[in-house]
Amino acid sequence: MTTTAARPTATTIFRRPKATTGFWSWITTVDHKRIGIMYGYTAFVFFIIGGIEALLIRIQLAQPNMEFITAAEYNALFTTHAVTMIFLFVMPVSAAFVNYLLPLMIGARDVAFPRMNALSYWIFLFGGIFIYSAILFSDVTAPAGIQGVPGNLDPSDQTFLGGIPSGGWFLYQPNAGPVFSPGRAIDFAVIGIQILGVASLIASVNFIVTIFNMRAKGMRLLRMPVMVWMTLVVQFLLLFSLPIIAIALFMVMFDRQFGTLFFDATAGGDPILWQHLFWLFGHPEVYVLILPAMGIVSEILPVFSKKPLFGYPAVVFAGAGIGFLGFGVWAHHMFASGITQVAQAAFGLATMTIAIPTGIKIFNWIGTMWGGKIRFTTPMLFAIGFVAMFVIGGLSGVTHAVVPSDWQQTDTYWIVAHFHYVLFGGAVFGIFAGLYYWFPKLTGRVMNEKLGKVHFWVMFIGFNLTFAPMHWLGLQGMVRRTWQYPEGLNLGPWNLASTIGAFVIALSVVIFMVNWARSRRHGEPSGLDPWDARTIEWTIPNPTPEYNFARPPVVRSLDDFWHRKYTTDEEGRAVRRPEADELIARLDEEGRNPTEPIHLPSPSYFPIIAAAGLPLIGYGIIFHTSTVGKLLIAFGAIVTIAALLGWGMEPLEEEHGELSLETAEAH
Amino acid sequence: MTDVAQTAPADTHGEHESTGIEIRKLGMWVFLSSEFLFFGALITNYLLFASRPGLARPYPAEIYDIPFTSVSSFVLLMSSLTMVLAHHAIERGDQAGTRTWLLATAMLGSLFIGGQVFEFTDFVLEYGMKLTTSPAASAFFVLTGFHGLHVLVGVLMLFSLYGMSRRMGGLSPKHHLNVELVGLYWHFVDIIWIVIFTVVYLISKAPV
Repeated sequence: MTTTAARPTATTIFRRPKATTGFWSWITTVDHKRIGIMYGYTAFVFFIIGGIEALLIRIQLAQPNMEFITAAEYNALFTTHAVTMIFLFVMPVSAAFVNYLLPLMIGARDVAFPRMNALSYWIFLFGGIFIYSAILFSDVTAPAGIQGVPGNLDPSDQTFLGGIPSGGWFLYQPNAGPVFSPGRAIDFAVIGIQILGVASLIASVNFIVTIFNMRAKGMRLLRMPVMVWMTLVVQFLLLFSLPIIAIALFMVMFDRQFGTLFFDATAGGDPILWQHLFWLFGHPEVYVLILPAMGIVSEILPVFSKKPLFGYPAVVFAGAGIGFLGFGVWAHHMFASGITQVAQAAFGLATMTIAIPTGIKIFNWIGTMWGGKIRFTTPMLFAIGFVAMFVIGGLSGVTHAVVPSDWQQTDTYWIVAHFHYVLFGGAVFGIFAGLYYWFPKLTGRVMNEKLGKVHFWVMFIGFNLTFAPMHWLGLQGMVRRTWQYPEGLNLGPWNLASTIGAFVIALSVVIFMVNWARSRRHGEPSGLDPWDARTIEWTIPNPTPEYNFARPPVVRSLDDFWHRKYTTDEEGRAVRRPEADELIARLDEEGRNPTEPIHLPSPSYFPIIAAAGLPLIGYGIIFHTSTVGKLLIAFGAIVTIAALLGWGMEPLEEEHGELSLETAEAH
Repeated sequence: MTDVAQTAPADTHGEHESTGIEIRKLGMWVFLSSEFLFFGALITNYLLFASRPGLARPYPAEIYDIPFTSVSSFVLLMSSLTMVLAHHAIERGDQAGTRTWLLATAMLGSLFIGGQVFEFTDFVLEYGMKLTTSPAASAFFVLTGFHGLHVLVGVLMLFSLYGMSRRMGGLSPKHHLNVELVGLYWHFVDIIWIVIFTVVYLISKAPV
């Protein structure tokens, strides 16, 4: 230890966990890389669940008047599909990338608050399980009050999905309120999303402080990779939008549980207030989903074009601009909700302006590829796919800014097509690009290129087959969120195409999983620099050593690693320095052999225990009318508070928590 | 070898700060910036309903006991003073003084919560304004309730600092920052109360 002052003898309830491998090492880990991996795998499990839900939806819609599932089940499925894909897949998988890569990209040992990082993950995991645990608490008799409402619940309708929330991910009031959605299903969504919000809020504080405070020497803000910049913007979006959805969800929770009247129009409450609060969070949330993928693509395109990112500052400021504007456009989700004409005009205009920074980014990405020596590797294919699909989704998005046009599109499949082009064609393609690109950092191996390309093309074709027809279905007037459509409207053929496309996507995901599983063990060894990369996360060995950097790096420019490998000739063309290969060999060697002992934060039990209290409180609130519920609230609160107290007493690093040189070499 | 010669010496986790602000302090500031929106949304929500005509009576603004709330506001403001004194004492290394002022702050905070409990009871029993009376009443109770919950969390943190100090015979230099962090949080809760007292209690009017 560098501090000479005697450490106060901290009294803790548990002995400090010591395991470095096996089950307990994962439960108690505070290593950002392991937490990132856990985020990634958990999110992928939810991706599979959400995907299966999508397939069930698509089977039901394959032909007119299908009876594959009931209306109630359909409602439950489209709701959980959205909640899962947004809160349990895209957000956490972005968190996985950020967790794993952020410290490596800015040259840090770990994130600013390693234990809080673990806390975020466990809260996210428990929150996800909490939402899905609704299925265990089905109370099928409850919705009796709303029989006969078209497309809504009928007790006899309910089967295996009885307890699952079915009010749409947006939980519009009063539909998802106590009168029209009695029973517990909605409560699980409301409280579950609240719990997930806590996880994201903690993570956002952590990442913002990490980016501001943990950068390596010379890593000025405008030398940070675009991925880091986009992460920063996203975390600010979360920081300022999560408290708003927290309040909104608390209001619904109080309405449903404790009889407040916020959204009860008969008592003077205001259902439109919910829409404002929800979309004031919900629209920034859209950028929370897409900006990390934009960051990933901005890392990959330059590497495989062998050119620096075209207009780096413009891309950075455009990203920040999207973040700012993202808070001023929420009401374009509400043009059909009866807001004033002035508001419609203002929000329509504001929405159009979003197209400017987005357009800047797209042109910069094209400019990056323009005249470059493009290598069509799998990550590059996904990145190009991202740009192309995102342009389509972006263009259909601008049509929503035109109010009269939006009135026609509201609640049709045109909207469904639009947001799947930005969230699947955009975010998910970006995520897969990133998975292929950074796979060597996890494993020291490269994913199989042949299978990767098959994966890309199958997914690309499947994606377009699924979602392109939805544009036409939407223009034909097919309505969202209805479980059946009648014959004779000629909606059948394109719906069938869409359903087939969904199964093609499913096939592509299977190909990906096979590739991942095989490449983990049998992939080609990647070496230090498999892609001829530009940023400093590639200056350390693969797989990443436990301590990240054997020596803290010093950064001298944007794309520092590139400039160490390449110089330019008189005509400005990149020329590889003769000593580049030697440099890579030396970095690999040095990265494996730290010269000084390295202090790493010690594992801890407290994050998982503190996190476990929250779902207990959640169950307690849902069952608060019973004694068990009241006890659960008290017990959950005590667990969390006690864990936080223990946490406060526990030092971040044990005296002997340092990684000895021998262990480092063995690694 | 020029590359390697220029690398910085290996440092321990968390010692290095690009901005020069200690990471935990920066973390607290970032968190508090989020909390402002939390209360911003609650206060806006209250203002939306506070003067909306036609709601079930009584409106919160009809039954405020301004002299009483002024006194409890004063108590909370004074707790900010004792918090500063606690911070000042730990900076000087005065462990006994730190404990005294931490305890005083926690006590004043508890007194404020006690006042709020009294106020709520009074509203419910004397005036019949319950959580479920009207959206305005709901908004009032949820807003001030969440503020009270924040004060309670602060009191818990103050008591645990006090307990740590007693148990270890004083807070080590590493824990000085904890006092400052709790102080930051405490002042934030105080500032929010000033806004609530002004906007919610003094300015907002029930419809005539």
